[in-house]
Amino acid sequence: MNLTPDLERARQEIEKHARAYGLDFFPTIFELVDHDELNEVASFGGFPTRYPHWRFGMEFDRLQKGYRYGLSKIYELVINNDPCYAYLMKSNSLVDQKLVISHVYGHCDFFKNNVYFAHTDRRMVDRMANHGTIIRKLMERHGVPEVETFLDRCLALDNLIDPHASALRRRADAKTDEDAAEEGPGRMRAKGYMDRHVNPARFLADQKKKQVEQKKKTERLPYPTRDVLRFLLEHAPLKRWQAEVLSLVREEAYYFAPQAQTKIMNEGWASYWHSMMMTRRVLKDSEVIDFADHHSGTLATSPGRLNPYKLGIELFRDIEERWNKGRFGKEWEECDHLDTRRRFDKKLGLGRDRIFEVRRLYCDVTFIDTFLNQDFCDAQKLYVYKTNPRTGRQEIASRDHRLVKEQLLFGLSNSGQPRIHVVDGNFGNRGELCLAHQFEGLEIDMRLATETMKHLEVLWGRPVHIETKLDGKGVLVTCAKGEVSTKELAPSGETDRKEDPTTH
Amino acid sequence: MIRRIERDRSRFRDIVRGRIKSDLRKFVSQGEMFGRKGKDLISIPLPGIELPHFRFGDNKKQGVGQGEGEPGDGGEGKAGDQPGEHILEVEVPLAELAEILGEELRLPRIQPKGRSELVAPVGRYIGIRRTGPESLRHAKRTLKAALRRQIVAGAFDPEDPCLIPIRGDRHYRSWKVKNAPENSAVVVYMMDVSGSMGKEQKEVVRVEAFWINTWLRSQYKSLQIRYIVHDAAAREVDENTFFHLRESGGTKISSAYELCARLMQEKFPSSSWNVYPFHFSDGDNWSGRDTERCVELLEQTILPHCNVFCYGQVRSAYGSGQFKKDLDAKFPKDERVITSEIPDRDGILKSIQDFLGKGK
Repeated sequence: MNLTPDLERARQEIEKHARAYGLDFFPTIFELVDHDELNEVASFGGFPTRYPHWRFGMEFDRLQKGYRYGLSKIYELVINNDPCYAYLMKSNSLVDQKLVISHVYGHCDFFKNNVYFAHTDRRMVDRMANHGTIIRKLMERHGVPEVETFLDRCLALDNLIDPHASALRRRADAKTDEDAAEEGPGRMRAKGYMDRHVNPARFLADQKKKQVEQKKKTERLPYPTRDVLRFLLEHAPLKRWQAEVLSLVREEAYYFAPQAQTKIMNEGWASYWHSMMMTRRVLKDSEVIDFADHHSGTLATSPGRLNPYKLGIELFRDIEERWNKGRFGKEWEECDHLDTRRRFDKKLGLGRDRIFEVRRLYCDVTFIDTFLNQDFCDAQKLYVYKTNPRTGRQEIASRDHRLVKEQLLFGLSNSGQPRIHVVDGNFGNRGELCLAHQFEGLEIDMRLATETMKHLEVLWGRPVHIETKLDGKGVLVTCAKGEVSTKELAPSGETDRKEDPTTH
Repeated sequence: MIRRIERDRSRFRDIVRGRIKSDLRKFVSQGEMFGRKGKDLISIPLPGIELPHFRFGDNKKQGVGQGEGEPGDGGEGKAGDQPGEHILEVEVPLAELAEILGEELRLPRIQPKGRSELVAPVGRYIGIRRTGPESLRHAKRTLKAALRRQIVAGAFDPEDPCLIPIRGDRHYRSWKVKNAPENSAVVVYMMDVSGSMGKEQKEVVRVEAFWINTWLRSQYKSLQIRYIVHDAAAREVDENTFFHLRESGGTKISSAYELCARLMQEKFPSSSWNVYPFHFSDGDNWSGRDTERCVELLEQTILPHCNVFCYGQVRSAYGSGQFKKDLDAKFPKDERVITSEIPDRDGILKSIQDFLGKGK
């Protein structure tokens, strides 16, 4: 840590308040950096020790440009690790720094306690550094272009993971007892001294060989899986170093996945705590205006825009109030007397406990689904907008909370990515790979998909296909030898896929 | 220490460079490659640099917003909670673009013709003084001096660091004058704007002029550009007029050469300027006599005072293409005259190579 005495004093004070409020976080290390350094770390996704790749340079260029022209400025950057690392921008005023520090403690608490982060590696800083070393070594051995091109291919597929994989066991990873029992050929029962005559060793060995061969032949096709990267790792004809690269890309994708799953909650939680700590404990009189200015900037909404900070903090506050006043359960739901409703207060005081529980157990999808109701929609003036096909303008379509919720959840489910899974690793009995896009009303971008499929084909070594819908019709997009073609599917094949139980 | 990101950044630039280089021919012949153009930077939209992914297209027509309004009210402008599709625009310094052009066409560096004796005073900020204008105050040195003084005086408290510079602490940057060799160049563009030069022909000239300027600018510290248009008479115009003026009427090339020669004599004497006259036309001239007059002007007043004289003949449906033949016949071995035929947009690169490939 390289904080100035001023900042260090502020940090200690804020940490004390945060602990007193019940926030529970890893030790947090703050670094004071200038904007170049901050942009550098930000373009590495928060880790100063990533593997070498041009896309970080591209991101850096973009951030620098944004900063230079005054279009964007990063205020805060914190990474999920034990200890947490957070970066403060040197040029910020003391009030801003205090705000950022308290905001960061909110994030750290969220990282440590939210279940969706439970599987993430808390030594990710070290892990990332290892990845850097691995890639650099591979580059030395196999040449930079070779490794870089392969890395590009892997990264093009890095959203094809199963974000819930850590919480589910879709497939038997360990062998069950049954499997173990099946292993080896059956033996005839015999007394010990007769055993080698009844079950001759050579016969057993022959039987075993036969069994193995038989098993190989009849081995079931791999299960449909949403973890396409894992499927590739296990079944694609990769060299060892290639498998190593793919596996570390996959690992990093899983590490970053929960951040996309909990954006609204995470920012809401951190904003809730910075505003709580700043206004009640930290601020001096002279700092109030600056704080209010910055805080309102963070939470600003504009028509047609949804600010995750704002939605998150308001929902947390709403939950706290409802559980403080007992506005939940049968009695509340069935109360339809307006005045009673307005005065409804059972003085339960459960709010604080409830929001701590929510921050532990929920992700954005379940958070919105459970707690967004009509009262909240009205208070926050949420609406669904649609493009009016007649005028081409975007118009407010409805303020019904069910529609708002539906629309929000649609954008949040699977972190806004298309759901794609492997359906067949031996498509058409030709060893080709077939993926399916579970169509939910939005088409995938074909220009990008075409490029992605070319990468996938090289990895798989054989032609690859993806089933999806274009213009309302089921199609099979095929990439063979770098050429992409589209074929319309018979409607029946489509419905089969929909009933696939593994795609949820 | 080189920062870690610089390596990734330079790798990214290499990729961009490689892409521009491999697409250079397309860029040049399309002409509309550019997004915005600044003084030193140019932004080029490069699709397909970013990593592709399976993701949703931009066919989302609805979303959630927050704010006042009744159902049916229009939202302001384009709103959305999803990022739209965008094509990456990379900013390339013009100098780098020139470098790419030079590498791709194997253009030699230009040797400014024996003018190293030509020197001009150049001011550089390399000194420090105790007096000066506030705008040149050296903050770091000033504060250091203040710190030193306060520590000595015992007025500095590390717990509450506060520096108050006084008059005597102030330091200012100052400059020293050095004589440095100077090389400046001027390009004089002449274009035939008679009726036979159509929009397409002018576009070809415009694109070619852009690349010539880019290259020459990378070779000379300061580059001035002058524009002359002519039909039966010649006049000097600004850049916009040069490329968009539509005239009709006859063609008297000598009028332009006369004006050019006068300009060179009055404003750009060859003693202190590298002069590049470029002339573009479709090859028609008023009469054989006028062509003779042109040759005379070239021989006597223009060629002795310029680095190289370039004539580009843009093929048009109406032009005869006679003028290039005449020039080639008159100056068969003269290295100071370069002529080039530009059949269409695809010919631009070739003719740039003709003009600048000699390294003059």
